[in-house]
Amino acid sequence: MTLHMEKGGISRSARRSLWKLSYLQRKCIFSVLSVGRLPIHIAFIMDGNRRYGEQRNLKEGAGHKAGYLALMLMVIYCCELGIKYITAYAFSIDNFKRGPDKVQYIMDLMLEKIELELSKKDSLFSRYGVKVHFSGNMELLSDPIKDAAKRLMVATANNSNTLLTVCFAYTSRNEILHAIQETCQEKLAQIQLQESISEGRISMCNPGQGNDVLKLADIEKHMYMAIAPDPDIIIRTSGENRLSNFLLWQSANSCLISFSQLWPGISCWHLVWAVLNFQRNHYYLEKKKKKQI
Amino acid sequence: MHFSLQFSLPPVITALSPRSKSFSHQPHHHRIKKLTSHVPKSPLCSTTECALIHQCKEEEEEAFDGRVEDQTLPLGLRPEALPRHVAVIMDGNRRWARLRDLPVGSGYEAGVRSLRKIVELCCEWGIKVLSVFAFSSDNWFRPKVEVEFLMSLFERGMQEDTGIFLRENIRISVIGDLARLPEALQELIINLEEATKNNARFQLIVAVSYSGHYDVVQACQRLALKAKCGLIEPSDINESLIEQELVTKCTEFPYPDLLIRTSGEFRVSNFMLWQLAYAELFFAQSLWPDFGEAEFLKALLAFQKRQRRYGG
Repeated sequence: MTLHMEKGGISRSARRSLWKLSYLQRKCIFSVLSVGRLPIHIAFIMDGNRRYGEQRNLKEGAGHKAGYLALMLMVIYCCELGIKYITAYAFSIDNFKRGPDKVQYIMDLMLEKIELELSKKDSLFSRYGVKVHFSGNMELLSDPIKDAAKRLMVATANNSNTLLTVCFAYTSRNEILHAIQETCQEKLAQIQLQESISEGRISMCNPGQGNDVLKLADIEKHMYMAIAPDPDIIIRTSGENRLSNFLLWQSANSCLISFSQLWPGISCWHLVWAVLNFQRNHYYLEKKKKKQI
Repeated sequence: MHFSLQFSLPPVITALSPRSKSFSHQPHHHRIKKLTSHVPKSPLCSTTECALIHQCKEEEEEAFDGRVEDQTLPLGLRPEALPRHVAVIMDGNRRWARLRDLPVGSGYEAGVRSLRKIVELCCEWGIKVLSVFAFSSDNWFRPKVEVEFLMSLFERGMQEDTGIFLRENIRISVIGDLARLPEALQELIINLEEATKNNARFQLIVAVSYSGHYDVVQACQRLALKAKCGLIEPSDINESLIEQELVTKCTEFPYPDLLIRTSGEFRVSNFMLWQLAYAELFFAQSLWPDFGEAEFLKALLAFQKRQRRYGG
């Protein structure tokens, strides 16, 4: 693993030593964190890539490249900490509103990075046992990206340490809409089957009937995010305090944390802070639940 | 937090807000309508406060016509940048009571007073809709005595404030799984909603026995029924159809622009999940009974600074 370092003469061996040192430091901190309850699922709204690039006068798209590296580092940190589920909001359906060039750049970057990971024998995902899953309305994507995403999912299917869900062409409302459509299709098919079995019975459309057949679990199983439990923590960078149509259904009881840092600048310390906050809240919530009983 | 009785400026009472402001740091107002003598402000003097409000409102009834140009906003608030719909998770009532060695019921009653204050401010400042999370679906698991107290508090509050709602042109809507509420309360809600349905100045939406999951499930049930009756195909279902079936269809502005949660918790706790997709979130440290004008102003000023991009 090579770190992304500034140009200026740090040798490969020095970089390796620095990485080992920081790894030992993290191991020490994470072992302290592990004394308390660790979150099972952390979700990230990776906001601020464009601003990162603009602030540093980088060329178009460089901010997103930096953002990708930040995501890979965060995946490593989460794996070292023992987080079982990671979800990252990579591209919203709303982002299609951006200029076609900007959208195309992100699509090209996604394709490039997927192909890069697939080409490596010892990729980050295999080394850390990360299974990759794409959540979103994949029909909105071009065939090359759909195909590459499927290949990455297949290639990492047997990894079992951590599940990384990349939300791409995703919004929560679209996810809920899709789940409702699937649920209605399913229920309609069941009813039609029942009616065909009980021949001649006329089904009346009375308001009470809908309630008997449709429950929360029926909708939940059709969610794109049914593959993971609800997130314990949702972290958003760049100082914004909103969910932006991300995991609305699943965020009902999530601890929401906002950092002013732009996404490419996120560090292990932000993760440590988020986990500490979660542990403090979790302890309070457990106390509250016990009092209610 | 108790309001200070020290004034740096003469108290300003406008035609829309005929009460004294007793903050040590007093917001400067854009327009001065009227000066009257101030009354010491205390959370315990609700009777005196009510008497003053009634007296002044009788004198200045013609000013309550809801015209935007009559708004008197604290300095810094721009009328064009105000949220149209504010949602509030009124958290911290029980903790407030415990900190004062008071029974839990006192905390809830203090919470009601705080709500009245915020409703007044919304009316004064031109916010069109306020949604409050009064009782969650999960709250049914609280001790029975507490739940019964809350139900009676809702009933009392609605009965006592009916006159104010009618007089101030406030529309009341109650959303949630209302079939779980006591029948007397259900009837009261139906009557109050009917009586205020044409009021257009301001809408107060009270979420009782509500959760965001419940809202989406009931919308899905209604859509499933329509599909079953052949009125729509499942593939015809879109975001707009879902919105029309959510319980927030009772308002012209179903999506909150700003969500405020008090008591320092950083969660949405299953409130209006679909509707909060693009809402700006503001987490206030104070407990709900202590959340007053200063804190509300802070939340609105923070909202005005936010850059809302909607993914663009």
